[in-house]
Amino acid sequence: MGRLEAYPTLLQTNHLGQANPVAKKTHVSTTVNNEPAEFLCEPRESLLEVLRDTLKLTGAKEGCNNGNCGACTVLLNDVPVNSCLVLGVEAEGASIETVEGMACEGHLHPLQQCFLEGAALQCGICTPGFLVTAKALLDKNPTPSEHDIRFNLANNLCRCTGYDKIVKAVQEAAKELAAK
Amino acid sequence: MKDFTYAAPATLQEATRLLTAANGSARILAGGTDIIVQLREGLRDAGQVIDVKKIPELMELSFSPQHGLRLGAAVPCYCIYENAEIAKAYPALVDSARIIGGWQIQSRASIGGNLCNSSPAADSIPSLIAHHAFAEVVGPAGKRKVAVESFCTAPGRNVLQQGELLVALVFPPTMPHSGSAYERFIPRNEMDIAVVGVGTRVQLNQACDKIEFARIGLAAVAPTPKFAQEASEWLAGKPLAEETYAQAGELAKKVATPISDMRGPAEYRTHLVGVLVKRTLEKAVERAKGK
Repeated sequence: MGRLEAYPTLLQTNHLGQANPVAKKTHVSTTVNNEPAEFLCEPRESLLEVLRDTLKLTGAKEGCNNGNCGACTVLLNDVPVNSCLVLGVEAEGASIETVEGMACEGHLHPLQQCFLEGAALQCGICTPGFLVTAKALLDKNPTPSEHDIRFNLANNLCRCTGYDKIVKAVQEAAKELAAK
Repeated sequence: MKDFTYAAPATLQEATRLLTAANGSARILAGGTDIIVQLREGLRDAGQVIDVKKIPELMELSFSPQHGLRLGAAVPCYCIYENAEIAKAYPALVDSARIIGGWQIQSRASIGGNLCNSSPAADSIPSLIAHHAFAEVVGPAGKRKVAVESFCTAPGRNVLQQGELLVALVFPPTMPHSGSAYERFIPRNEMDIAVVGVGTRVQLNQACDKIEFARIGLAAVAPTPKFAQEASEWLAGKPLAEETYAQAGELAKKVATPISDMRGPAEYRTHLVGVLVKRTLEKAVERAKGK
């Protein structure tokens, strides 16, 4: 018995028991934080894995890896998505924004500054996701109500602080951006 | 996640050819909010994943008051509620699209995908039933239409045959003095799976004092979403009164055969059918009156 046959789980087979062709890595051209980016990935790799492991952008975090927690939120063509629920190959031709793209010329984005000043984080794992979603909200609606903020941040979970400080930080940032 | 190959066909023809050639081992990727989780957790297998978002027919979103709405099967939820005309014409659909997951999910998840995932608790299907939508399916043998209430056959299963895919959901034109609503019961404010979900649509007479026509769809009370036919037909000609809505709720309970699970016992779910039918009818009538 060959080595692979002794370990059937190592054989790539589909549900009919037929051998699957092992997928080749695909070349993907995309834009990340307004810079052209290219990478090779297997079809089964998520955009989150590509960002973190291949492009070394570790801002987006893996929390639940099933779309519940929002810690991996990035903007895909200007809308917030869970990057754990996007395949890397789907990024072909797309524009991606991550938390790394928020600070500009050495200055934190007002949201980042307000999160810091308002102590809207403790462990920080959820923070990049909150920042990216909140940025998408303020880009779309510069004067959100408290309800708008809570509704639109509902797909981002924080297990440390509770949400009041986060909501207040977004409100402060909205004020700052409006004053600019 | 197990290895698979990836294809993103640009035409329906190519997609059906790939699906047929895969002999049942291909899975369709629209928004990915169900299928990627299922593949990762080993709940479904795929030799090939076919991304259908490059096919124009599946990304079509077109509406006119005369012809109704064509909603491509892969159009993400947010495109529906951000379109003011559609939001006004199909309020139950919009109610559903706004509460399927949170913003990040709605950026990707499609109503067509929600139908094809065929969960008994799917939030969009009662609204599709209420709006009298039909599913346009394409396969090797050509095109066919399926009423949405007949689409799901069991939890996670539906009428799609090998080589077939859902192309679009087609909604009839809206009529004057009509309104609709979807509500689900969950023990939290947001972000949960329905204990019970109900979508209703009503069309009122000219004087807006009687129901002319109604359709009620239910979710999470049977192995598949249900059309409450008897309750819907009974409503024709009835006055706009609390007792009317309550009686329709009682009739709708007849098609509920819920299970008891972590989300609620069967008796409670049956009770909720009555409550939600009444509430959504009230809301649909208010909307029909233009309030």
